[in-house]
Amino acid sequence: MSQRKRSKGLGCSQLLDGEDDSIPTQVERRSQEQLNQKVSELVQFLLVKDQKKIPIKRADILKNIIREYRDAYSEIIRRADRTLQEVFGLQLVEIDAKRHIYILINNLPCAEGEQLCRDKEKEKMGLLLVILSFIFMKGNSVKDSALWEFLHLLRVYPGKQHSVFGDVRKLVAEEFVRQKYLETTAIPLTDPPEFKYQWGPRAEKETSKKDVLNFVAKMQGKDPKFWASQYSEANKATT
Amino acid sequence: MAAQMTDAHRRFLQALMSNGITEGSEAKKLHQHCCETDKVYYAHDKLDDFISTINSHLQPLFMQIRKGISEDDGRAHYAVVNLAETEVTKMASDYTESELELFRKTMDLIILSENGFASSTDILNLADQLKTKKMKKKEAEQVLKVFVEDKWLSEKNGEYTLHTRCIIEMEQYILSNYQDVARKCNICHSLAIQSQGCESCGIGMHLPCVRKYFRGQTEPRCPECNEFWSCDTPGTKQGVSRMGSQT
Repeated sequence: MSQRKRSKGLGCSQLLDGEDDSIPTQVERRSQEQLNQKVSELVQFLLVKDQKKIPIKRADILKNIIREYRDAYSEIIRRADRTLQEVFGLQLVEIDAKRHIYILINNLPCAEGEQLCRDKEKEKMGLLLVILSFIFMKGNSVKDSALWEFLHLLRVYPGKQHSVFGDVRKLVAEEFVRQKYLETTAIPLTDPPEFKYQWGPRAEKETSKKDVLNFVAKMQGKDPKFWASQYSEANKATT
Repeated sequence: MAAQMTDAHRRFLQALMSNGITEGSEAKKLHQHCCETDKVYYAHDKLDDFISTINSHLQPLFMQIRKGISEDDGRAHYAVVNLAETEVTKMASDYTESELELFRKTMDLIILSENGFASSTDILNLADQLKTKKMKKKEAEQVLKVFVEDKWLSEKNGEYTLHTRCIIEMEQYILSNYQDVARKCNICHSLAIQSQGCESCGIGMHLPCVRKYFRGQTEPRCPECNEFWSCDTPGTKQGVSRMGSQT
């Protein structure tokens, strides 16, 4: 249905007589249709990867989707991001500028009583929110022993299978970390080695300190201003 | 001239994608919720238009919100499908090679069966014949459970059939890959996995379609060859009387 816009007058195409048409040269301009095709493929690819909340590496995008269209990479990425925003209300965000890693975040303002997640996901997100709150209220970094002590209060134990979360240690230490919701770093000079937990880059993008403080305030039936230093920090970080 | 996407449309689309499959009345509630949340004009009978708007924007991406009818209860369900896929690539990212092979073989059994069901025994027997990686029966049982949880298969009394979601997503794939074997319902002309068939001329019909077509008839007859419809037709007078006496 779309018009094929092939650029005319490129004599070089005659020089390449007999060569496989599907290997474009640097000289041959990408047609709109070809670019659109790549954009569609990239959008699909990103949606599928993001379903699992696994961050997407630029290397994978280049290898699986872009391939010989490397020269049009930034154009394709830009258009894919625009499509994601316009059609799905999602945004492509680079969370690691050095290693070029992307995630998709939700652009839509969160609604009260949103039934967006499937039940299993909703419960995991509930646990995550509680953990993020704890970390923030404790000054943005907690030792892993402190985190597990806190979770004990919620009857969540690292060694025991949980009826909803299953292997909780795996969920917290592996899954949430892999999904970039949490970040774990070793505390130097500790023996046996201890770790600390902080917010991961996805958490930074998908929620805010303000939202988290409001959540805690709601749970405890207090005004957010009750926690003066967290309140000022939360209101400062309004990016 | 396509209408503009609003946040309400986007929210609706995100929810459908996250649900996998959404039942008709849930979709209606979701439509209302999205319009109210994002302060967009809402009319309760405009769901189809609302979905058409989204579909016009999904079309260039080879995606579509598609409506399918459940073979169990005849109710409408919605799913977001990928039109460009030629295989079970939708599932490809979620399962291993051997799990996908088990699924394809299960799908074979189901489609080739008389009634659209494959027994768990038959499926488990396939497990150790897999070419990719042989699976123990215990492992295969677990994989089947995941397929049911993820709504690719549904289970009834130890037998498995394709879930409505699977049928909506893979209808095109099944019709083209199982061309000679896959049945189409004589009434609604959609793919029929579970079906009742005419013993004389072999046409098939969905159970909900059977119910609707033969409603209130004492002597159900095949719409194609006019022979007596030999299967039990629940809901018809004849079906009720048959239940009383063994023929």
